[in-house]
Amino acid sequence: MSAPAPLAAFACVLRRDLLLALRRRSDLATTLFFFVIVVSLFPLGVGPEANLLRTMAPGVVWVAALLASMLALGRLFAGDYADGTLEQLVLAPHPLGLLVGAKVAAHWLVTGLPLVVLAPLLGLAFDLGPRALGVLALTLLLGTPTLGLVGAIGAALTLGLRGAGALLSLLVLPLYIPVLIFGAGAVEAVANGLGPGAHLSVLGALLALAVFFAPWAAAVALRISLE
Amino acid sequence: MNLFYYAAPHTFYPLAGTMARVFYALAVVLGAIGLYIGFFVAPTDAQQGEGYRIIFIHVPTAWMSMFLYVVMAFWAAVGLAFNTRLSAMMAQAIAPTGAWMTFLALWTGALWGKPMWGTWWVWDARLTSELILLFLYLGFMALQAAIDDPRRADRAGAVLAIVGVVNVPIIYFSVQWWNTLHQGASVSLTRSPSMATTMLWGMLVMALAFWMYCLGATLTRVRAIILERERRSDWARDLARGAKAGREAAA
Amino acid sequence: MLVANGLECLRGERRLFRDLGFELEPGMLLEVQGANGSGKTSLLRMLCGLLAPTAGEILWNGADIGSLGEAYRGELAYLGHQNAIKDDLTAVENLLVSETLAEAAVTRASAREALARLGLRGHEELPTRVLSQGQKRRAALARLLFRERCRLWVLDEPFVALDAQAVRDVAGIIAGQLGGGGIVIFTTHQEVPVEAPRRVALRLGR
Repeated sequence: MSAPAPLAAFACVLRRDLLLALRRRSDLATTLFFFVIVVSLFPLGVGPEANLLRTMAPGVVWVAALLASMLALGRLFAGDYADGTLEQLVLAPHPLGLLVGAKVAAHWLVTGLPLVVLAPLLGLAFDLGPRALGVLALTLLLGTPTLGLVGAIGAALTLGLRGAGALLSLLVLPLYIPVLIFGAGAVEAVANGLGPGAHLSVLGALLALAVFFAPWAAAVALRISLE
Repeated sequence: MNLFYYAAPHTFYPLAGTMARVFYALAVVLGAIGLYIGFFVAPTDAQQGEGYRIIFIHVPTAWMSMFLYVVMAFWAAVGLAFNTRLSAMMAQAIAPTGAWMTFLALWTGALWGKPMWGTWWVWDARLTSELILLFLYLGFMALQAAIDDPRRADRAGAVLAIVGVVNVPIIYFSVQWWNTLHQGASVSLTRSPSMATTMLWGMLVMALAFWMYCLGATLTRVRAIILERERRSDWARDLARGAKAGREAAA
Repeated sequence: MLVANGLECLRGERRLFRDLGFELEPGMLLEVQGANGSGKTSLLRMLCGLLAPTAGEILWNGADIGSLGEAYRGELAYLGHQNAIKDDLTAVENLLVSETLAEAAVTRASAREALARLGLRGHEELPTRVLSQGQKRRAALARLLFRERCRLWVLDEPFVALDAQAVRDVAGIIAGQLGGGGIVIFTTHQEVPVEAPRRVALRLGR
C-alpha cells in the first residue's frame, strides 16, 4: 500500500494483464504453436541436410520469433479498446507511457518469455552447439522486449482500423530489422567461433533506447487513435 | 509581410500552382543540361564502360529518396506539434514522390547490377537499406490510406514518420554491419577511383533537376489534397464554379 | 469551475456542433440532451480531454485542461458509453483495478460493500461475463462511490439498462455528489428524478 503512486499503478496494470492472460490461457498457446510450426516448416522447405540447417538456424529461429511476436501484438490493446478500459487507462491520473510500459511488460512475460525458453529446444533440432544455444536464448531475452516495445507503437497506431493485422506487419516489420540482424548475428558469430559480445551490446543498447522512447511514442499514438 | 499568411491552405493553393510551374521548368532545363553532360561530355569509364552512365539517374534518386523522408518527417512533426493543417498535407504529398524516388533508385541499381555483377539483385548494404526505406514509405502511405478521418490520419502518420526517421540511421548502421560481416557484394558507384570532375558535375546537375522535379510534383499533389479536403469551403466551390464556367465558355 | 468556450466538433465531414459554451460552478448539474448522433458522446469525451475540439477551449479553474494533464484527470470521474469492465475478471477485481489506478483508497471489503449498495450482493465474485447488461452497468457505476473527491463527474448514459430501483440509487448518488459541491455532467434519454437545485440543460442538434 505504501508504494509510490506511479509504481503502484504500474504494478496494478501488470497484475491485471497477467491475471487476464492466465484466464485466457489458450491465447498464449496460439503464439507459441505458431512459433514452433514456422520453425519446423523450414527443414521441410529446404531439405534435411544438417550443415545447411545449422547455418540457417539462427536466422530461422529469429525470423519465426519476429513473426510470432508480431502476431501477438494484435491483442496488446484490442481487448481494452473494445470494452472501454483503454479510455479509463488514458484518463487515469498517471503518465500514460508508464501504463503502456506495464502493458508491454505483461505482454512480453506471456508471449515473449515462452519463446526465449522454447528457442533452445528448437535450436537442438537444428543441431546447434551448446554455446550457440545459450547465446540464442540470450539474444532472444534481450531482443524480444524490444520487439514488443516497438510493436506497441504500431499496435497503437492501427487500433480499430480495417485490416489492422496486415497493416501492422507492414509498419512494424521494417523497424524490427536491426534486432533481427544483431540477434541472428550473435548466434552466427558464436557458431563461427567468434565472440558475441559486440552483438549483445548493440542488442542491449537497442533495448535501452526502446524502453526509454517507445512507451511514450505508443502513448501519443494511443491518444490519437482514441479520438 | 505576415509569414503565416501562406500557411492557410486557401492562400497557399494559388501560390503552390505558380511555384510548381517554375520548379517543373527548372527541372526540364537542368535535366537537359545534366543529361547532356552525362551522355556527351563525361568520358567513358575505364573499368565500367558505358554502363556506368546510369549513375546520373541512380545517385540523384537515391539522394532524393533519403532526403525526402527526412523532409516528410519534418513536416509531419511540425503538423503534430503546432497543429497546422498545411504541414500535414505537405507530409502526405511528399510520401508518393519519395516512394517513387526510392523505387527508381532500386530499379536503376538493379539495371546497373546486371551488366556489372551478372545479376539483377545483390544484397548490398545500400540496395538493402534502400529497399527498407521503400517499405517505410509504403507503410506510411498504407497507414494514412487506412484511416478515414483526415485528422487522425495526419497525426498517426506523423507519429509513424517520426519513429521511422529515428530508426533510419539505426537500420542503415545495422545493415552496414550485416553487410561487412557477410562480405557481401558492394555496389559502390561513386567510389570509383577514376571519377572525373565532369562526372561529378553531371551528377550534381541531375541531382538539382530531380530536386526541382520533386518540389514540383509535391506542390502539384498538395494542391490536389487541399482541394479535396476543402471541397466544402466557399473558396473551393467558387474555384470549381469558375473552372466550369470557363469550360462552358470555351465550348 | 468548468468553463467551455466556443467549442466546435467536426466528425469527418459533419459538423456536430459549433460555438458551444457554458460555465459550471460547484454543485451544478448539466444535463446534455439531443437525438442520436447529435454529438453528446463527443462533447463528453471532449470535456474529459479524450477528444480535442476543432475550435474553442475548455478551462478547469481557469487553466486549459490540456495543460493540466494528470492534475485534471485526478479531479475527473468518467463513465463512458462502454462499461470499461473486463469480462474475465470478477466485479470486485474490476473495481479494485480501476480504483487503484484512480488512486482511491479501495480494499476488497470496501469494494464488496460498494457493489452491495448497487444491488450486486451475491454477484461480487462472479466473472462479469455472466452478468446481465444492467448488472454490468451497476458494476461500472460502483466506481462512483469511490470518487467523491473527484470534483467533476462526466457520465455518458449512466441510467441505460438500469431498472427502476437502480435508477433511484444512482440518482441518489449523483444528488449526494452535487450536495457535496461536485459538478456532474450526464447525458440521458429518459426522465430521471435527480434532485438538483442548480440544474442546466443543454440541447444539441436542431
